[in-house]
Amino acid sequence: MSTRLATGGRLLDKGRALEFTFNGKRLKGFEGDTLASALLANDQMMVGRSFKYHRPRGIVASGAEEPNALFNMGEGGTFEPNQRATTTELFGGLTCTSQNHWPSLEFDVGAINNRLARFLPAGFYYKMFMHPRPLWKHVYEPFIRQSAGLGKAPRDRDADTYEHVYAFYDVVVIGGGIAGLLAAREAGRAGAKVLLMEQTAHWGGRAPVDGGTVDGQPVDKVVEEILSELSDMPNVTLRLRLMGAGVYDHGYLLGYERVRDHQPADKGPRHRLWRIRAAQIVTATGAIERPLSFAGNDIPGVMLASAVRDYAVDYGVSIGDRTVVVTNNDDAYLTAICLKKLGLDVPAIIDARPHGASQLTEEAKALGIRIETGKGVAKVKGGRRVTGVAICMQAGEGSAMEEIACDAVAMSGGWSPVVHLWSHCGGKLIWDDEKAMFRPDVDKAPTGASGEAFVVVAGAANGALGLADVVADAHAAGQTAAKAAGHKPKKSAAPKADSPSENAIAPIWLMPQGAKYELRSKAWLDYQNDVKVSDVQLAAREGFESVEHAKRYTTLGMATDQGKLSNINGLAILSDALNQPIPQTGTTTFRPPYTPISMGAIAGAARGPIFQPLRRTPMHGWHEENGAYWEPVGHWRRPYTFRKMPGEAIETAVAREIKQTRDSLGLLDASTLGKLVVKGPDAGKFLDMLYTNVMSTLKPGRCRYGLMCSENGFLMDDGVVARLDEDTFLCHTTTGGADHIHAHMEDWLQCEWWDWKVYVANLTEQYAQIAVVGPNARKTLENLTEDDISAEALPFMAWTDITLGGIPARAYRISFSGELSYEIAVDAGQGRALWDKLLEAGAEFAVTPYGTEALHVMRAEKGFIMIGDETDGTVIPQDLNMEWAISKKKDDYLGKRAQARSFMANPDRWKLVGLETTDGSVLPDGAYAVADGTNANGQRNVQGRVTSSYYSPTLGRGIAMGLVHNGPDRMGEVIDIPKVDGTVIKAKIVSPVFYDPEGEKQNV
Amino acid sequence: MLILTCPCCGVTGEETEFHQGGEAHLKRFGPGSSDNEFHDYLFAKENPKGVHLERWRHVYGCGKWFIAARNTVTLEVYGTYSAQTTEPPKDIRDRISAKVPGWSWREFA
Amino acid sequence: MSDAISALPGAAFEGAVRVEESGLQGMITLRGDFGTAKLKKAVKDTVGVAIPATREIAQKDGRGAAWMSPDELLLLLPYADVTDALGKIDKALSGTHHLAVNVSDARAMFRLHGATVREVMAKLVPVDMAPGAFAPGQIRRTRMAQIPAAFWMTDEDTVHVVCFRSVAQYAFDLLKDAARSEGRMGLFD
Repeated sequence: MSTRLATGGRLLDKGRALEFTFNGKRLKGFEGDTLASALLANDQMMVGRSFKYHRPRGIVASGAEEPNALFNMGEGGTFEPNQRATTTELFGGLTCTSQNHWPSLEFDVGAINNRLARFLPAGFYYKMFMHPRPLWKHVYEPFIRQSAGLGKAPRDRDADTYEHVYAFYDVVVIGGGIAGLLAAREAGRAGAKVLLMEQTAHWGGRAPVDGGTVDGQPVDKVVEEILSELSDMPNVTLRLRLMGAGVYDHGYLLGYERVRDHQPADKGPRHRLWRIRAAQIVTATGAIERPLSFAGNDIPGVMLASAVRDYAVDYGVSIGDRTVVVTNNDDAYLTAICLKKLGLDVPAIIDARPHGASQLTEEAKALGIRIETGKGVAKVKGGRRVTGVAICMQAGEGSAMEEIACDAVAMSGGWSPVVHLWSHCGGKLIWDDEKAMFRPDVDKAPTGASGEAFVVVAGAANGALGLADVVADAHAAGQTAAKAAGHKPKKSAAPKADSPSENAIAPIWLMPQGAKYELRSKAWLDYQNDVKVSDVQLAAREGFESVEHAKRYTTLGMATDQGKLSNINGLAILSDALNQPIPQTGTTTFRPPYTPISMGAIAGAARGPIFQPLRRTPMHGWHEENGAYWEPVGHWRRPYTFRKMPGEAIETAVAREIKQTRDSLGLLDASTLGKLVVKGPDAGKFLDMLYTNVMSTLKPGRCRYGLMCSENGFLMDDGVVARLDEDTFLCHTTTGGADHIHAHMEDWLQCEWWDWKVYVANLTEQYAQIAVVGPNARKTLENLTEDDISAEALPFMAWTDITLGGIPARAYRISFSGELSYEIAVDAGQGRALWDKLLEAGAEFAVTPYGTEALHVMRAEKGFIMIGDETDGTVIPQDLNMEWAISKKKDDYLGKRAQARSFMANPDRWKLVGLETTDGSVLPDGAYAVADGTNANGQRNVQGRVTSSYYSPTLGRGIAMGLVHNGPDRMGEVIDIPKVDGTVIKAKIVSPVFYDPEGEKQNV
Repeated sequence: MLILTCPCCGVTGEETEFHQGGEAHLKRFGPGSSDNEFHDYLFAKENPKGVHLERWRHVYGCGKWFIAARNTVTLEVYGTYSAQTTEPPKDIRDRISAKVPGWSWREFA
Repeated sequence: MSDAISALPGAAFEGAVRVEESGLQGMITLRGDFGTAKLKKAVKDTVGVAIPATREIAQKDGRGAAWMSPDELLLLLPYADVTDALGKIDKALSGTHHLAVNVSDARAMFRLHGATVREVMAKLVPVDMAPGAFAPGQIRRTRMAQIPAAFWMTDEDTVHVVCFRSVAQYAFDLLKDAARSEGRMGLFD
């Protein structure tokens, strides 16, 4: 059984016991424990069921590479699935449950899949559930969904908060092990601004566990010394619980900080995403031990040798009383020696290499440990827990020579440098045959904006495994990075470390070498996705020879651990099956993030009220207090309508607003309209190029409606232009157009006509703008002003400056409703005051504020087009019968040449008409009009579509506009417009001006 | 995510502060141009694997347009320069030549 | 005559730093050729400072000028003085190509004060806020979370942020969130 030892546990504060709950059981751990070490201390070896076969699974690793120990953590608003026990710091009151089993971890119905494993190989789902096709949707998929997935999705809204931070450094060192510390020290000594980040809660990494000396001092002392030196450097920032999640172009680095996962009672952000720019990045990310592939290597109690050592030294936890060590390299001997020294039994070291280890052999032998060289594990015995191993000749087929009773197996298949962060932005790898690993090709580092390398790799991440190599490599890496970041490191000798000499690793990818199917099909590569040696071999046989194909076919490395343990073993097996060397097979691509990061961290503060900007007009508060039913228009919120009382139906409110405006007086908050001032001696010439009609002839004091096209000829915006004085124009744009038309103007001024003397300023938000609309509009304004606004003084399409209720204002006499109408602009700071005054002054006319829907209906009744309804980026003004707004005299304007292209100039186009349903009903917006026959795809031919459609309360019937093939030539013709339910509405082609065609109402 | 230096205000900022605006040094063809000329002006855009001259606007900053000479494969930025020019300046061209001997982009090399 | 109101009159928050809306602030956007003597004089006469160098802001006695782009300045002056000042500028620059407009009401302005203002800003803008990288006297136009904004420091503990008026509430909410006391991280300690 696994248990807490009486002594040891260098990371624990044994004075502080903590209680936590696992699957409802109350357990005890200590401050400093991870959830994994605390579970092991409580003999909770089995922690979950595997994904596909529901096999019992135990903790395998001690760090970020752990594939099995994933839990549902927390409750309610802090619930989160798939949390890794090995990277979760224990805290008092922690609550977690295991995943992927029913009804319980101990007794799981799904485990039947394990019995059927022979019939559920890789690709099983692809083959089995293809036929017959209809069954997929109704039978297979619902069934598979039911049993798929590991953790449960949270039900409640996340109760925590998150944030981002932008940070800038000369050198960022990722990894706070001995290599990272040394690299940071060198960069810091050179004067660079340094951030050293470590994903765990402790500095020093593996070195204090593995031991050794640096310059004659024990390595844990050295760690403390470096830390203290770094802490004293003002140019160095040290940060724990901050993981390098991803390296991106130009030195962009994402850091994932788990601010208070370990003390959830604290206030403040739970996670913080660091958005870092680094001149140089040092990846001192260490190495991860690989499992060995032998039958039963997934039985709880089989663990990485380094993890066994970590639990013993760091947490004072023994994994078992009798641990068999299985290895193909020297490093695992350290585990045997460590356990033995702690008084635990190590019945044997099974070393697959014929000659065994170097220096460590003596030490192990001296401790009385039996060493079997040239041997392998034929099979691990046990179900929910290891009970023994059968050993065999590594070179053979797996005939058991002997069974050794044990309750734990410590395995080591060698070490893989953590190359993820090196690789994220394009760093290349090379295969090191001697060390049997992919390591960074330092000549092919990721390059940044300058074209120079910006990632330097240090220590074990660079394939330097012994302490002496690590120390020398890290020292050099720190200097290289500092220099590349523009600093001048002083020449200094690297510290000298002592580490025992080692014999070369043997590239053992399967144990025993000739394992038969029965063994291979129980030898796991990917624990989390349940992929076995036999699955990868099957993929190769079935032709999935590319590593990317084999990965997807078998799902190897596609789980939340992204194959940290399985990738290299898997592609070695694949290479073997394809009979080609490993580098020829290559690796799959390493993509960020290094380990999963929370969605909250990605969103940062952007949630609730600051999810996205919400733009408010100066009258927003009044709207809010007066029943506004909002419509989002870009980031603006505009009232769609105002409900007079809470129960009023939306349609009723809209109809009321229209009737009241047409009969008497309406008010519209038009502040969102774009307002661009264009000034300069060349302003007229410039606007003549931007608008299809002539603006330069406009007289000061007058307004003109204009159309703006893109260089493609398509209509992009419209609005009223007012000439303020000889060289100043004010261009109104649509609400959505303000920013992009401003950008459009600057584009042409800066990049094409840069010698023209024109300045543009976006004054959209300087003004509140209110449309005063209806037969009583003038009388209402006259209640507030002494100025002459008579039809003679201020005719239709003119503007004037007036004082309104004491507020300086500009009145534009323009109309988008067909009524007598003024748009009044005042400084935004007085917008609300003017609105209130207009309500007061209009009270005698039963003034009615109206929203965007009434605006839309009224403009449609008048046949006025709306950008975005009648236009969709493929419509030219000619399609809308707006030749009257296109100058024939001008040599040029943006879009003119395009409108002369053969397809554009062809009269045979869909053109704007009005549509009147024969039954008075309202056409569906966007519906198509069908024509005779079918097209090449067998679909009905179409001859037009509805662009705007409303119920007109003024006319008491549905009205619509649409683009219809040769429409204006077909007045009176009735066309068919099918609805989605299959029924057909008949509509007559009519003029798009449904109301007051002579314009008598607006021109009074 | 790229970092660019705006030659108009001198800010070195991240890509989110800028807006990419397509191919640089376009020669406008208006009324009177042939169908082919106009077609190429509108639609036949450079999309090279390698050296590219590209318009950018410092949209969250000074609002000015400028041109970036960069590599679409390595993402190296050779330099940024004024949009008020019809050809890349010599120092930029020299810098590209030093890194990518024999490069060409439309009529420039 | 009604009194004009700023975007969020009186809005204030006390956290790791104090965040408050600055109230009415007169602002003029002035575009023109910085090299001309007329423009230099007009700026000096209006706000009492010389045209600042690239990306700098000059302030004196409650007035000032900020460099916004190679042909654009933001003049700061009392709100009530803007109309008058515009008239004078247009008169002084008559005959030269320029543009001077009132943008006081188009903007919202916030003042952040406290020892950790640099850290608060670092959570919102992709700008190096380290003391050596950004200093009082400089102005930076940038992206603050999802909106355009400009900011400058008047001393080590004070930042002024300007954004568009319509997003004043969003900006205030952002600044409040970033200024929460419990979010302190010691970035520049």
